Amino acid sequence: MIVAASLVLIVLVSVMFHLVSPWWWTPIASNWGYIDTTLVVTFWITGTVFAAVVLFMAWCVFRYRHKPGRVAHYEPESKRLEIWLTALTALGVAAMLAPGLVVWKRFITVPDAATEIEVVAQQWSWSYRLPGEDGRLGSSDVRQISPDNPLGLNPHDRFAADDVVIEGGDLHLPLGQPVKVNLRSVDVLHDFYVPEFRAKMDMVPGMVTYFWFTPTRTGEFEVLCAELCGTGHGWMRGYVLIDAPADYEAWLGEQLTFAGLPAGGVRLAGTAEEGGDP
Amino acid sequence: MSIVLGFVALMAVIAFAWLSRQGLADKPWLETGAVTRIPSPGGRPTGRVGLGVFLAVVGGLFALAGSAVVMRMGYADWFALRMPGVVWLGTALLALASLCLQSALMAARRGDARASRAAFGAGALATLAFLAAQILAWLRLAETGQGLAANPGASFFFLISGLHGLHILGGLVALARVAGRLGHGAPPRRAVPGLELCAVYWHFLLLVWLAMLALLSGWASDVAALCRAILT
Amino acid sequence: MSSTSEDPDSGIPPAEVPDLPPPHAHGFWSRWVFSQDAKYIALQYSGTAIAIGLVALVLSWLIRMQLGFPGVFHFISAEAYYQFITMHGMIMVVYLLTAIFLGGFGNYLIPLMVGARDMVFPFVNMLSFWMYFAAVVVLAASFFAPGGPTGAGWTLYPPQAILSGTPGGTQWGIVLMLVSLILFIIGFTMGGLNYAVTVLQARTRGMTLMRMPLTIWGIFTATVMALLAFPALFVAAVMMLFDRLLGTSFFMPALVEMGEHLSYGGGSPIVFQHLFWFFGHPEVYIVALPAFGIVSDLIAVHARKNIFGYRMMVWAIVIIGALSFIVWAHHMYVSGMHPYFGFFFATTTLIIAVPTAIKVYNWVLTLHRGDIHLTLPMLFSLGFIVTFLNGGLTGLFLGNVVVDVPLSDTMFVVAHFHMVMGVAPIMVIYGAIYHWFPLITGRMLSHGMGLVHFWVTFIGAYAIFFPMHYVGLVGVPRRYPEIEAAFVPDSVATLNAFITVAALIVGAAQLLFLFNIAWSLRFGRRSGLNPWRAASLEWQTPDMPPRHGNWGEALPVVHRWAYDYSVPGAPRDYIAQDDPGPAAAWRHEP
Repeated sequence: MIVAASLVLIVLVSVMFHLVSPWWWTPIASNWGYIDTTLVVTFWITGTVFAAVVLFMAWCVFRYRHKPGRVAHYEPESKRLEIWLTALTALGVAAMLAPGLVVWKRFITVPDAATEIEVVAQQWSWSYRLPGEDGRLGSSDVRQISPDNPLGLNPHDRFAADDVVIEGGDLHLPLGQPVKVNLRSVDVLHDFYVPEFRAKMDMVPGMVTYFWFTPTRTGEFEVLCAELCGTGHGWMRGYVLIDAPADYEAWLGEQLTFAGLPAGGVRLAGTAEEGGDP
Repeated sequence: MSIVLGFVALMAVIAFAWLSRQGLADKPWLETGAVTRIPSPGGRPTGRVGLGVFLAVVGGLFALAGSAVVMRMGYADWFALRMPGVVWLGTALLALASLCLQSALMAARRGDARASRAAFGAGALATLAFLAAQILAWLRLAETGQGLAANPGASFFFLISGLHGLHILGGLVALARVAGRLGHGAPPRRAVPGLELCAVYWHFLLLVWLAMLALLSGWASDVAALCRAILT
Repeated sequence: MSSTSEDPDSGIPPAEVPDLPPPHAHGFWSRWVFSQDAKYIALQYSGTAIAIGLVALVLSWLIRMQLGFPGVFHFISAEAYYQFITMHGMIMVVYLLTAIFLGGFGNYLIPLMVGARDMVFPFVNMLSFWMYFAAVVVLAASFFAPGGPTGAGWTLYPPQAILSGTPGGTQWGIVLMLVSLILFIIGFTMGGLNYAVTVLQARTRGMTLMRMPLTIWGIFTATVMALLAFPALFVAAVMMLFDRLLGTSFFMPALVEMGEHLSYGGGSPIVFQHLFWFFGHPEVYIVALPAFGIVSDLIAVHARKNIFGYRMMVWAIVIIGALSFIVWAHHMYVSGMHPYFGFFFATTTLIIAVPTAIKVYNWVLTLHRGDIHLTLPMLFSLGFIVTFLNGGLTGLFLGNVVVDVPLSDTMFVVAHFHMVMGVAPIMVIYGAIYHWFPLITGRMLSHGMGLVHFWVTFIGAYAIFFPMHYVGLVGVPRRYPEIEAAFVPDSVATLNAFITVAALIVGAAQLLFLFNIAWSLRFGRRSGLNPWRAASLEWQTPDMPPRHGNWGEALPVVHRWAYDYSVPGAPRDYIAQDDPGPAAAWRHEP
């Protein structure tokens, strides 16, 4: 009796907790509402299954608990029932998987209109790079990294000269413009994680990973690291600010380009003039 | 991971072939008493089954090492290792050892104690010579600037030949126990089960070594490239 | 011993493995220390696993104290916190759960349940335990090494695992961890050979595969999987050891650490992740399958009903075992691997949910129209179904690639895997101990203490891990010693404090369980033969607890499957597996 009641109570409390507790995801600030939708679909399907199975179990425990004289029913298997249950389960699984795969296809297909930016992680801080006027990020290599060239840009690459380098500052992005975020790490694994954007991806030293999103509301969003990267992991923070286009242009005008930095400036003094402050 | 997936698939085929003869579709609640259709357990000597399971583990280990090689090949700084000549000598010695143990086994089955002992001794010596050749190969690599940490090909050669050598050493312990049974005066048939296991183990390690050599020396890189093309 | 003489009436062919006496113990050392009797080895394995598991339990308290009340306990620095979570995770997954299910229950139950006198290679079995023991000692030693144990997280991802930004990375911690894992795997391989070959070779007459209890199916399949999966961890550990000690670059790309160029170059951390999860995912099922098997038997015995859909249960175990080798990269959706892998691995992962769901249905359907005795093993089985179902369903979030993107590396993941491979298997372990304690000791565990233990553990563990999912849903990342961020409402701190209090209480209840064992060993009620009236073979030994060699004069002969409960027309509500019975009369067509 107590056992059956507890099982029912577990289902009730779980459902109530889900419905009325204040803990839910942060308001979204990107185009990935699809992900939230898929998640809610998954919640409904799995929640129904959980409630159904546990309540059925509670009923069985209540109805068939041992009493003197009770004899268990003898039934080794029931092919029909098992086939039905398998088919239903497969259907439920497909109902979750199909939207998941469709959204994943979108997630990995970067729209042509996206501007490329780069986030570079190191223990334990974030740096950013914008492509500058030519719209292209110059090449880079970890071996080029020096105090003068903290992101390891290639000083011989003309596309690198006008790249805007933001070291230790905040990243600004214009509202409504799709961004492909290229991710690079100079030391260990990191993960560029802004909860409001939903999208995230690991940064792996030795390779460039990416994800894309479109900011859908202005504001200031905190960046966290989501892949254990050493003792400073919990304090590896930064900010992304989503600006209205005019504010963004104003901010961009104040930034330094690679050509303006010692490492870029020395090598490419000539091109630095034209690629200088936009 | 293509190599190890192939290996796991092979294991799965063997497992399902075996399971298919065990009456997995029977309804056990309907059958009491004797079940004679299904082969009873223990149809084969336990030692042989044990060795078979162990070889599956060793095969998995080297398949995984091979998979790591193939994955590592995909990166820019990979180039095939220049094998020192002594590696080929060593490989020949290991093949010889494998042959000798096989003929020792066949002689023991015939009951020819002298021939069995002679072939057995030659096999043991050839194995020791193989290990010596491997150590020479390591020294030669280190001398020619292809030391352990010099390039990924060399690192894998040291790693894989080291693991392989440790397995050979383990085999030598078993071989020493068989030697006791082949000792003077004892009828050679007593040593047959042990000899059989040793011979199979040696053949297997020879095959593993040939496969690893093919991978590291670049022969298998065409195959590997194909696998990568399929996977990515 | 003359069991090879054929019984002319049974029509069962003679065993082809000669019935040899197992090695006898000749005193304290060969009985208790260097024992070759699987039953003693099982106790050695379990004792060691529980001892090191207690260390992990204390670590979990420390972790929760830090998370619930950040800044209050000054001795828990960030370094210490990362060391605690790493050691807690590694100990619980490998040194406790794997060791106790396969080394503990495997050793004790396989020979008894298949009707063998012992494991087929007793000497290797003994070596297996001592290798495991050495592995535990090396692991424990890292707590006292300079720099302390590694704080790389239980996944030990390079490059950070062997760099100076991580506790123990450039000191002893990571080296001892890797050496310990290598020893564990060598030891496990020795044991695993025994478990697999004993099931293949030493089943007694009449014990076909389809007459084996599901416990043996679970342990056997898990063993085969472990034999194929652990080499991946072995290779990865050896390679990382080379990178750490010998300067190779298997997993290490060119990198700049704190402004300094290191001499590594060209390697890939992703290769490590593939190797690690090729082991790591099957590992989840290596823990789960024995739990599935054991819980099936507990439910059948205590509901006095045959397990519903036995054949489907066997097939599901085999299919889950096979599929679990092609789902590993669902741990790597956001690792930066090729994005097209996501389609494949999400599909395989969700497919594996189908056979798993069937198992859950069949457990519940076994209860349906049963004669449910609410004994402690039954209570723990019910607890298992609830927590496993909950954890399994949240797994569908994480397996579905795009839903995993926002949830990966958050507390949602922590809550999920604790529910599904922490709480659920531990429920089964407790159920199994309450069930088989009389077989091992001849005495019953105290029912009263057991009830307190069950309710506190079950309700408490649910109260810890169910709300934790919502902490993750808010977006709180895992592996943060404290979480202060703009998007985290203050109420999360309250929730965290609640979880911590629950965790401390649940942890304390486990000490009551240990006390119950100690108390019942001395004062427990004597159980007599077969106290649960179970049909499977391990309860049919001539002595309780079984003596050395298990079966007295002659090996048992098996005449039926392990689930003949409440058979219509039978004189009792169970028929033992070695009961020849008037076969025709009781045979029942459903």
